[in-house]
Amino acid sequence: MRISLFITCYNDTLFPETGKAVVRVLERLGHTIEFRKEQTCCGQMHWNTGYLKEAVPIIRHFVDVYRDAELVVAPSSSCISMMRDHYLKAAEMAGDTKLAEDVTALLPRVYEFTELLVKKMRVEDVGATFPHKVTLHTSCHSQRSLHLGDIPVRLLNKVRGLELLPIENPQECCGFGGTFSIKNADVSSAMLAEKVRTVLNTRAEVCTAVDNSCLMHIYGSLHRQRTLVRTAHIAEILASTGGQA
Amino acid sequence: MSAPQSYWSNRSFPEAAKELLADSQIRRNVRHATDVIQAKRNRVVGELPDWEALREAGSAIRAHALEHLDEYLIEFERNCTRAGGTVHWARDAAEANRIILALIQSHQAKEVIKIKTMTSEEIGLNRHLEANGIRPHETDLAELIVQLGHDKPSHFVVPALHKNRQQVREIFQRELQLPELGDKPEDLCAAARAYLREKYLRIKVAVSGANFLVAENGAVCIVESEGNGRMCLTLPDVLISLVGIEKVIPRFRDLEVMLQTLPRSATGERMNPYNSIWTGVHEGDGPKEFHVILLDNGRSPILREAEARQTLKCIRCAACLNACPVYHQTGGHAYESVYPGPIGAILTPQLHSMEQGRTLPYASSLCGACYEVCPVKINIPEVLIHLRGKVVEQDQSTLGGKLGAWNIGMQAAGFAMGGAGRFTLAQHMGQLAQKMFVSKNGFIEHLPFMLSGWTQTRDLKALPQQTFRDWWAQRESAASGPGKAEKGNHDGE
Repeated sequence: MRISLFITCYNDTLFPETGKAVVRVLERLGHTIEFRKEQTCCGQMHWNTGYLKEAVPIIRHFVDVYRDAELVVAPSSSCISMMRDHYLKAAEMAGDTKLAEDVTALLPRVYEFTELLVKKMRVEDVGATFPHKVTLHTSCHSQRSLHLGDIPVRLLNKVRGLELLPIENPQECCGFGGTFSIKNADVSSAMLAEKVRTVLNTRAEVCTAVDNSCLMHIYGSLHRQRTLVRTAHIAEILASTGGQA
Repeated sequence: MSAPQSYWSNRSFPEAAKELLADSQIRRNVRHATDVIQAKRNRVVGELPDWEALREAGSAIRAHALEHLDEYLIEFERNCTRAGGTVHWARDAAEANRIILALIQSHQAKEVIKIKTMTSEEIGLNRHLEANGIRPHETDLAELIVQLGHDKPSHFVVPALHKNRQQVREIFQRELQLPELGDKPEDLCAAARAYLREKYLRIKVAVSGANFLVAENGAVCIVESEGNGRMCLTLPDVLISLVGIEKVIPRFRDLEVMLQTLPRSATGERMNPYNSIWTGVHEGDGPKEFHVILLDNGRSPILREAEARQTLKCIRCAACLNACPVYHQTGGHAYESVYPGPIGAILTPQLHSMEQGRTLPYASSLCGACYEVCPVKINIPEVLIHLRGKVVEQDQSTLGGKLGAWNIGMQAAGFAMGGAGRFTLAQHMGQLAQKMFVSKNGFIEHLPFMLSGWTQTRDLKALPQQTFRDWWAQRESAASGPGKAEKGNHDGE
């Protein structure tokens, strides 16, 4: 398959290793990856913060960039949920029927990374080795919007050497919520404190997720507390063939 | 306009939340109580194979009722009146307070007994009655605790959820003059019972809310767990029910759905211990006089908006509070409204103008737990975003708002996201600009201005020197060889 990578704005800027890992995994499975340089952002930050009309041109830009793509993949459930839950609404709000049609035509070809592997490609074993204790943070958008269910777990279970440790209250939000983490920094920090406590309780070496946004938040606290626990996007674990954690 | 919400202050959610986060006792109580209710709720919801179908049905019934609210309210009025009840229409809190006071005064009553009614908290009824020499007695155990403790409700199903047993004992010891009172649940219940029984038998006027109004037969429905409601509904001579106009459902058989979803969502019970449904008045049975006050108080404007109308589907089960990770941390008082939690975050700003509730739509990480448990499928995150849009619009209508840091930041980011050239430039500027904030360990530990909220408890990894797109460009130019190198360089617009 020819797969177009939507890296997402924050992964591009902050977590290039995740993008490289996605490329490695998909190429290892025999697919051709393309990267459209015109891409920028899905518009989520603006939309979720209430800058609704400012989000529309960003959405339009996304649709223009990928209009003719065979398949699009993004290593972020929250960006995909932005598209699935809000793009049509945004088009409607802007009174742009053409955009609504374009969105409807494009979105069935847009996948979150683990969803693409398991649902579309029917692959669970991607040939990874990662001999470490890992716990999975189930991000809100992956469970409540994309309904990924056990997809990330199935992928992790096939990784050689990986020991997956269960976490308490997996359904509870880490408190990131985009600009929520700044606008309500105190509540967000209190939520994070609970999440980090449950992560530390697992005794895992690595906390993973399908979203770097949550992981950036969780690691922000893990690092502030100078703990030993690292975070790694699931793509980085699936790309690993036995080297360093 | 509505009466002053005097016992709720005007402070912002972040401000109030900060104060409540410092109260470890409240946080512990709230967390324990919501965990217990959540677990019960999940158990009894999980045993229903058709739960999703019930939610769908409940949502459809409520949405239909709201779309034809005018017709159903008039149908309810007609049928309730025919059955011997009297229906009053109150435009706002002041009008409702006036009507209720006049009714009580017409019976020369100096005291009333009350069933838990959050609508009466919404209009500040108790304060209005007290100011006019009438003493209201709350009979719901939790509302009694709140009343005796000179407190505010923090939850609309379990108003005293922020108090633990020892604190309840202290309130009862002090306020009921029972210095020897123990702290076992049966001790506390016995004290409340002894205090309340006498009032049920003596006081002739009762005030209630309602869970549902049934249009087709003029019936009123109240569900409860303690039996205090049944006493108030049957013993007094006069019953006054204050009900928001959105509470009407078309047919009696709609209760088949609602009385399954409401108790399971609210208290984790399959059925409420007491389910009272009555129509008008009946000779020799129950109150001799029955009044319903239909309260608007800001509801009609919500109906007009297609985006936000679903807010009024709410049946006040509070499942969204119990599921909300923000509410878990702060409890209800941080929302400065009788309607706290996720539903409060969308209802309060709409009921009492956006000015009071500007920060409430932002009191959510948009995690979606509220929508997942809502028995009438209110997409709370969607409405939160819609309301955030209104806050931003309001901001942008003033010069101060236009020049505010948030607006400028968002406009700049929006501009950068508009094309890859600008975006790449912004990335490279970020890599340079961060230098003054990056510590020796490669992390950002202090950020200025509004961004300092992040670094108060969290570090931030510095932006790597190579973005993904730069890496890709490098890889492509390496692959395409020197002949094509000039084309492989990273983007332009």
